[in-house]
Amino acid sequence: MRRDVSVGRTVAWILLFVLLIVTLFPFYWMLRTAFSDNTQLPGHPDSLLPVESTLGAFKRVLGLASIEEAQAQGGSGAAVNFWLYLRNSLVVATITTVCQVFFSAMAAYAFARLRWPGRDKVFALFLAALMVPPIFTTLPNFVLIKNLGLLNSFAGIILPGAFMTPFAIFFLRQFFLSINRELEEAAMIDGAGHRRIFFGLIIPMSAAPIATLAILTYINSWNDYFWPLLVGQQENVRVLTVALGVFRSQTPQGGPDWAGLMAATLIAALPMIILFLAFAKRITNSIGFSGIK
Amino acid sequence: MTATTNAPPARKRSHGDSTAPPGKRRNLGDLKVAMIFIAPATLGFVVFYIWPTLRGAYLSFTEYSLLSAPKFNGLANYERMVQDSFFWNALGVTVEYVVINIGVQTVLAVGIAMLMYRLTKSITVRAIILAPYLVANVVVALVWYWMLDVQVGVVQTFLGWVGIDPVAFFGDSHWAIPTVAGINVWRHMGYTALLVFAGLQTIPKYVYEAAEVDGSTEWKTFWRITLPLLRPVLVMVLVVTMIGSFQIFDTVAVTTQGGPINATRVIYYYIYERAFTRFDFGYASAMALVLFAILAVVSLLQLRLLRAKESDLA
Repeated sequence: MRRDVSVGRTVAWILLFVLLIVTLFPFYWMLRTAFSDNTQLPGHPDSLLPVESTLGAFKRVLGLASIEEAQAQGGSGAAVNFWLYLRNSLVVATITTVCQVFFSAMAAYAFARLRWPGRDKVFALFLAALMVPPIFTTLPNFVLIKNLGLLNSFAGIILPGAFMTPFAIFFLRQFFLSINRELEEAAMIDGAGHRRIFFGLIIPMSAAPIATLAILTYINSWNDYFWPLLVGQQENVRVLTVALGVFRSQTPQGGPDWAGLMAATLIAALPMIILFLAFAKRITNSIGFSGIK
Repeated sequence: MTATTNAPPARKRSHGDSTAPPGKRRNLGDLKVAMIFIAPATLGFVVFYIWPTLRGAYLSFTEYSLLSAPKFNGLANYERMVQDSFFWNALGVTVEYVVINIGVQTVLAVGIAMLMYRLTKSITVRAIILAPYLVANVVVALVWYWMLDVQVGVVQTFLGWVGIDPVAFFGDSHWAIPTVAGINVWRHMGYTALLVFAGLQTIPKYVYEAAEVDGSTEWKTFWRITLPLLRPVLVMVLVVTMIGSFQIFDTVAVTTQGGPINATRVIYYYIYERAFTRFDFGYASAMALVLFAILAVVSLLQLRLLRAKESDLA
């Protein structure tokens, strides 16, 4: 009986180990390919190490290599500049996150800590918006942004997400509700207005959930593809995800620039991987705890 | 505080503004302040959620090419949809995708969650299996597009080791949808497993202890105790992952773009094509409305059939 159990546990550990390898291998393969020479890749499909390791692919996608150099290493020769797309992604994700979290926190404060007629009905209406699939509102939103003349501008990409999401308000309201009311009352007796209570009491006391929400919002915004694809096609506002799609469709049939493509995906993924490594514990613990997102 | 204090404590603040009569102010509570605090969110909500929802519903009854004003055409879009074989194909392909994606993902997620629950609470393990979820869909799709490439993809090498000929994962119309579904299982299974894992931890220890005393085997315990007690969590996870699964777009858009021969033209992608490459906005809106209805019905059915709210523990 005892031996049976330990055999079972060994098998279970092996399964878990296999799972971790399956999870990590694609990340490694991305790295391995990005540092390879594209013209040499087909000859060594099973080499675990970079083939003829070189920084050529990175130079290519960052616009640092001349066209001849790029083509000699199997690139398409089309001008790409992922520095620019990196900047655009930073601008979009940063402004979206700061505005969305701040305005959602304000609304959550009104829903959690203030008393006013109709409050719960308005909150229910905000929550109901979670049911509407994004594509349904995306079509009219596109028409609106187009009519406002904001196609291919940062404002057009950022505006729909800048004010709130139902999830963000819901998430923060839960935390604001749990703050002890006596602290707030004490502050009021000291003559503090709502602005001071919000900035001086509620926000500092909720720093941890606000940070968690901000990180999740940043990652979602960074990874978003559909909306920036529709309204941000032009080079000057093109974000990384859209740029990757364009780069992929430019690759010639037959001999794609795999090394360049993987270097580009690495550039797109690396900031999120770093963010994740820095906040892994916080992000991981928030899953399941915050419910569903 | 004694039982006699019924008035809201917010009243204490009211000595600041002296214009409104005190009785009225108590009824309205903090309305004035609240309006300031919810103003930005409400603006965004009305302009980018409420208004487009109403406008989208209206557009679905019009012919609209973006160039001239929408022209009301009654149910014409819906009649057209019934006869549009591409629409039915898109629905079929989407359902195939959802069934494979959700089926495989849920089974794997429960398995992974059980493994973690029995073996380790290590935050490192949990963080690693969550990692794919934090990388963009587009990135995940392209990395697998490369690894599965029929000529030089590393997966073909692995298949070669066990004597299987190269498979055209994206080029073969039978393989395309299972391949796209599999890629998204890879991205989401860790995340889903963490949700299930959180659910497992809400099952009280004494239930397992009682089962052990009764001599129940691990296998029996899983089927008769763990799974039934996990049901409320599983239902919520299923509803949410399934709604997300119906909205598959990014992976298709950067790999197969609907092909080969319509095999991966999922409903989201078909709506996108209609709206943004043919500028057929009215028809696209009508299809989006139908998708909306399907999602609402599917989630309601799941909640009803699986009796989400009742826990067997009660």
